[in-house]
Amino acid sequence: MTQLDIHEQAAAYALDALDPEDRWTYERHLDTCDRCREEVATLRDIAGELAFTAEGPEPPPELRDRILDAARAEPRTATVIPMRRRWVLPATAVAAVAAACAAIGLGLWANSLRDQSARVVAMDGGGSLIVAGDDATIVACVEDPPAGKTYAAWVIEDGTPRPAGLFAGGCRSVPLERPVSEGATVAVTLEDEPGAEAPQGEILMQANV
Amino acid sequence: MSDYAVQLSAPAERDEPSAKEPTDEQVLEAVGRGDHDALGELYDRFGRMAYGLAFRILRDRTLAEDAVQEAFLAVWRSADAYKRERAKPSTWILTVVHRRAVDLVRREDRRRGEPLESAPEPSTGPADEDAVLRDRRAAVQAALTELPGDQRQALELAYYGGLTQSELAERLGVPLGTIKSRMFAGLGRLRELLAEPNA
Repeated sequence: MTQLDIHEQAAAYALDALDPEDRWTYERHLDTCDRCREEVATLRDIAGELAFTAEGPEPPPELRDRILDAARAEPRTATVIPMRRRWVLPATAVAAVAAACAAIGLGLWANSLRDQSARVVAMDGGGSLIVAGDDATIVACVEDPPAGKTYAAWVIEDGTPRPAGLFAGGCRSVPLERPVSEGATVAVTLEDEPGAEAPQGEILMQANV
Repeated sequence: MSDYAVQLSAPAERDEPSAKEPTDEQVLEAVGRGDHDALGELYDRFGRMAYGLAFRILRDRTLAEDAVQEAFLAVWRSADAYKRERAKPSTWILTVVHRRAVDLVRREDRRRGEPLESAPEPSTGPADEDAVLRDRRAAVQAALTELPGDQRQALELAYYGGLTQSELAERLGVPLGTIKSRMFAGLGRLRELLAEPNA
């Protein structure tokens, strides 16, 4: 996508009218473009005015309590971002997303890992695993987990899975909290919050280091 | 006692009655600190509008409730994100709600075969509705009717219908570039119209 093309996406982005892969690409562009963020903020303000004409029935009175109860039941994490991605993207998008994810991950690591060579391993089920020395980072776009669930990363060595971090939905880079060695397997499952010591859910993504 | 409660009970400026009420930014900041009371306050301020928006898009009470709940929980988890987005709290919250509703409607695929829909007739809203809100609704409705028809159609199908720009192009049988231009021009014109006095 050329720079010119990408700037034309601002209005559609403000209206949430970009197709999923374009949205993702555009958001990565926003990360690097101050002027675009300003433009989107302005356009979003106007698009947001449209919300004022939308009227429907009153929300049910119990909705407020339900939201507050759900919030109380949630462990608070600082890293969750409201962004959505489906597990299943169009085939063309998968390659683009994987490449872009890898680029992000590598970019994030560029400073700290200048003298190490990072390699990218495609994960079965989607996403990439970036391995540098015994550090590994999962870079993937995943759908928001259902309420009360969280994604869990595992490092499996000698047949024993050990917890390596929890993460929420969205396109994200997740540094593993546990070192990986040659021959280890990294896997992702969906678990009940607040996470488990051993995986209960089936493996959604995995890669061998 | 939570930070937020402290803030609520702090003495207000006597000569400025509005100082008693925390601003939306202050409420959102308290939400960011994990204050449940603040989340309730945020819902009291925006819940009704959020539900109206979600229902307009999803046309289903249960799905609209899901969208609103998920959106408020997303806000709860990342109340600081609005600063990154450089948005007013109200814009940001409605953006989160809108995106959630649009994602849900796409997932449910509820739009297939729906007739093209135009905006509803101006309405007065609930009887106890805030007068400021009512005026703003009327202003936006009036501005929409002033837009060129193709721009209005593009905005409405995208924003309320949850169609992506390529779906819009296909549905209306026009090039994608034309859809982009209509959306961009439509938002620009809407801004001008809303900026006019007595718009």
